[in-house]
Amino acid sequence: MREAEIRRLLAANLLCAVSIILAALVPAFFLDGFSVLGTHLTWLCVCSVCVATLNIILHLVLKPSQSPKRSSFAHKISRFLKCCIYFFMSCILFHAIIVLYGAPLIESVTETFLFAVLLSTFTTLQCLCLLGPNVQAWIRVFSKNGAMSIWESSLQITTVCSILGAWFGAFPIPLDWDRPWQVWPISCSLGATFGYMAGLIIAPLWIHWNRKQLTYKSR
Amino acid sequence: MPYTTQVVEKGTSYSFIAEAKPPTVTMPRIKALMTGSIPGFIDVVVNLNSPALLDDNLIWQAKTAGKRIIFYGDDTWVKLFPKHFVEYDGTTSFFVSDFTEVDDNVTRHLDRVLKREDWDLLILHYLGLDHIGHMTGPNSPLVGPKLREMDNILKKIHISLLSKEEASLPNLLVVCGDHGMSETGSHGGSSEGEVHTPLLFISSAFEKRSGKDQRTQPERVQQTDLASTLAIGLGLPISRNSVGNLILPVVGGKTMREQLRFVHLNGFQLSRLLQENTPAYEKDPGYEHFKIAEKSHGNWIKLYLEGNNSEILLNLGKKVLKLYLEALKTLSSSLSKQVAQYDMYSMMVGTVIIMELLLSVPKALSKRAEFEVPLSPPLFSLLFYLMCLMLCAVHVIVCTSAESLCYFCSMSWLTAVGVMMLISALMCVLKPCSSWSEIDVLILAGTIGHVLSLGASSFIEEEHQTWYFSINTLCLVLCQELCRNNFLLKECDPQHCTNVKQNFDSMGETSECKNIDIPAAIDSKLGKATSSSEFIKGSDKWISLATPWIILICCRLLRSLNQTGVQWAHRPDFGHWLTSSEHKFELSFLAAVSLLLIFFLVQRRCSLVSKIAMALGLLGVYSYRAAIGNVTFPWQHGGKDISKGITEARFVYVFVLGIVFTGTKDLLKSQVISADSSMKSTGLWEVYSGLVLLAALLFRPHNLPVLVFCLLIQTMMTKYIWRPLKFDAAQITIMHYWFGQAFFYFQGNSNGIATVDVSAGFVGLDSYVEIPAIFLTAFATYAGPFLWAIHLLCYLSSEVSRNSAAVGHGCFCYALMRSIPVAIYVVLVTGLRYHLFIWSVFSPKLLYEGVHVFITAAVCLFFTAMDQNHSYRVQD
Repeated sequence: MREAEIRRLLAANLLCAVSIILAALVPAFFLDGFSVLGTHLTWLCVCSVCVATLNIILHLVLKPSQSPKRSSFAHKISRFLKCCIYFFMSCILFHAIIVLYGAPLIESVTETFLFAVLLSTFTTLQCLCLLGPNVQAWIRVFSKNGAMSIWESSLQITTVCSILGAWFGAFPIPLDWDRPWQVWPISCSLGATFGYMAGLIIAPLWIHWNRKQLTYKSR
Repeated sequence: MPYTTQVVEKGTSYSFIAEAKPPTVTMPRIKALMTGSIPGFIDVVVNLNSPALLDDNLIWQAKTAGKRIIFYGDDTWVKLFPKHFVEYDGTTSFFVSDFTEVDDNVTRHLDRVLKREDWDLLILHYLGLDHIGHMTGPNSPLVGPKLREMDNILKKIHISLLSKEEASLPNLLVVCGDHGMSETGSHGGSSEGEVHTPLLFISSAFEKRSGKDQRTQPERVQQTDLASTLAIGLGLPISRNSVGNLILPVVGGKTMREQLRFVHLNGFQLSRLLQENTPAYEKDPGYEHFKIAEKSHGNWIKLYLEGNNSEILLNLGKKVLKLYLEALKTLSSSLSKQVAQYDMYSMMVGTVIIMELLLSVPKALSKRAEFEVPLSPPLFSLLFYLMCLMLCAVHVIVCTSAESLCYFCSMSWLTAVGVMMLISALMCVLKPCSSWSEIDVLILAGTIGHVLSLGASSFIEEEHQTWYFSINTLCLVLCQELCRNNFLLKECDPQHCTNVKQNFDSMGETSECKNIDIPAAIDSKLGKATSSSEFIKGSDKWISLATPWIILICCRLLRSLNQTGVQWAHRPDFGHWLTSSEHKFELSFLAAVSLLLIFFLVQRRCSLVSKIAMALGLLGVYSYRAAIGNVTFPWQHGGKDISKGITEARFVYVFVLGIVFTGTKDLLKSQVISADSSMKSTGLWEVYSGLVLLAALLFRPHNLPVLVFCLLIQTMMTKYIWRPLKFDAAQITIMHYWFGQAFFYFQGNSNGIATVDVSAGFVGLDSYVEIPAIFLTAFATYAGPFLWAIHLLCYLSSEVSRNSAAVGHGCFCYALMRSIPVAIYVVLVTGLRYHLFIWSVFSPKLLYEGVHVFITAAVCLFFTAMDQNHSYRVQD
């Protein structure tokens, strides 16, 4: 059963990674002059939308978190609205953190905000899909040894990887190479994307490698 | 400058753009102008105290040729050429806030001198514009009138020279600048504005040209070219070390034969200089060119003497001239590369010493490590003597076999032996390392990241970004740590968790201060925070959670106060907005509020006397700033004349000394009479507050918020993060060091020479006095790191009850944190010494690092003094 689940995880993650690659390549056929560097904002939108829809679809199809009790329609709606609010709040929070890190406050607000949206898609959206708007569960998953299934382990790894990727992405900005990808926020968003993809690929492998040691306590 | 423009447009003049080599500081530039050589970076240090120039130079040549030279202006010249002028009047250039007097001192002699006939050379050095740039920037309203004044002086000189000329030879009027001005009005670096200076030759000997071609961009020449050109123009020998080329258009009015002779002279001098400096000079392309040109020059002379056709002769002459010019250019470029010589042996010795310090890292990370120099063991070990002998042997071999001059060899033998002994002692002290703990590795990784970034010139230029980035990350990690400590209870004990949660909720609603009682039994793993104080008030918990965010916001505000670095330095920032003259009211308000806040943040732990002294001192700071015209009192509406504010500044100095003295007295008392640690911490805090007051006096008014935020962050971190989370001394030290570095850049400093605020050295001084000026400037520049280091001492000594070795351990870590980057940087610079930016980026950074090491050494001495008191007391 464990093996089968790992395989499902791998398939889902590879699907996400492929969708990111497609998001960079496919729009060039429909939109004139589309390129990741040239029309970065468009790419940011396309990439976030792709990853978001794919994540939601995967969540609906695979249902990794079984909710034991059937809930009413109204409850589902309120849950959905809560998720939207949480997502929006996480965008604002990421935006604030990016500005605190030194992004310009007034100029290029769109770029910064779209970058925040991308980061939220890579991190918060997955949490919302998997755990729902439940802060307690979030804190549990992100504290030490808090994961209770391979999906949650994978979530930990991808989230940390995308944030680290964005963090490392800021390094080349002060260099004076005058490359097009050094412009704010291209290097950071590329870093986050590569980090996310690396996380997607590392997570199943890591879980497979450590499957003997991983013991998830169930409640 | 209407008159000058008119002269330039109407002809009888030649204008150029002279490129100065960095460092663009006055003294090296004057040397370059007069000797034609390229001075090294060490001259920046000596800039403050210029010894007489001993190299061969234009002034000396002119004096030996019997020319009478008169000089008025910057007294750097008088120091460089102490006995060369028949008449001089030097003006101290260092009182930067004075705009008019420095120039009046020069101009007042002008009328008298121009009437006289008893001089050959008149040198005037005007300082006003430079001072205006330093104090108020290049866009200041004062610049216009100053330029107009300069124009009038030029007009006066030119007209009087023209009127004199009828009888004698034509005169030459040279207008040039020693260096330019950067975007912020300072200089020292290598930006476009600083490096490009005007060079204008005006003389009736030049032929009048039509107005058309004057509109084109002036030609680029090197600043060093002026020395050769003037020497040839005056008929003097070109000084020996000059690497300049003759600026040909200036002698364009002469006949072809003379022109060729001039360039030949210049080329001969350059090739001789090349012969002296390189063994393989014959293979140098410049030298080969010169030989070819010389040969064709000989042919030309032959033709000329034969009385050949003038047309052919002229064309041939032009060709020879071109050959010569090419040769000159290659010669001087290969010479400029030559001039920087490196002393590998001394570099290696320095590197070894610092590397040995670095290798003791693992020792520092063990918990018990203290900063003490174990003197006795190495003195008795055989290894030590063997090492000494071996190093001395190496020293003798290197020094006797080295052909070129080496700084380390030229030191006295006693010093050299001392250095050897230091190296071998350090070698002996190094012992195999103990194991590293995880968190130490983590922090070291951050440090190593910074150190590696020093290899890239742009990371050095933008080093502030590295530090801002690190402290931001540090804050976020601290935030996560706090969250874990505050919420982990829920994880470990589910039933307790709900309890706590309810408590939180009720607190959020009613804002009651309920106490959360946590049984001491469960504290083993969860929350050092909870165990440290048994009762944590709910509101405190939320404040402590908010602390990292408040600190982040403070840092973001400070970041936009002063834009530094190179790439984004031109961005608008609050600092410029505040200092512009329209926003004087806002600046005054901000300064007043900042001073008030400083008082409130500092006074908590002071005794009553120092509280009063502090309040009066801060009042004095405000009145000092009002006196020199930076800020205004609300009841005062313009019209007050600007003074130097000496009385006010000295008034503040009295209180600074008073507070520091009371602090020291307390410290001594705690050491000698009673073993009271509270007395000691009060004493330390008083010393600290005295230094804060001094910083408040020296900082420009728009930088006062930096001081406020510094105190605020220290207070919050101490209360809500360091105390509850119980970090060990090494971690606290490294956090202090990081914040200190970040505050160094928050103040508006950078790794370029141009951002050093020289005016701080003249607060409360009538004229330039060397020692206090250097001390004050260094303090004002390094106030950030220094205040954080002293705060570290205050904090660690107040924690002595918890960890008795904290101070010693902290000191060791602090010294290491400083020496690691310096060590690696020295190695990197040695490796990169042929890098294109070695003079403009790496060398200033090295200078900053050097001074910082000195300051760290002073701080460490203070630490050890405090710590020895402690250990002495424990022994009792």
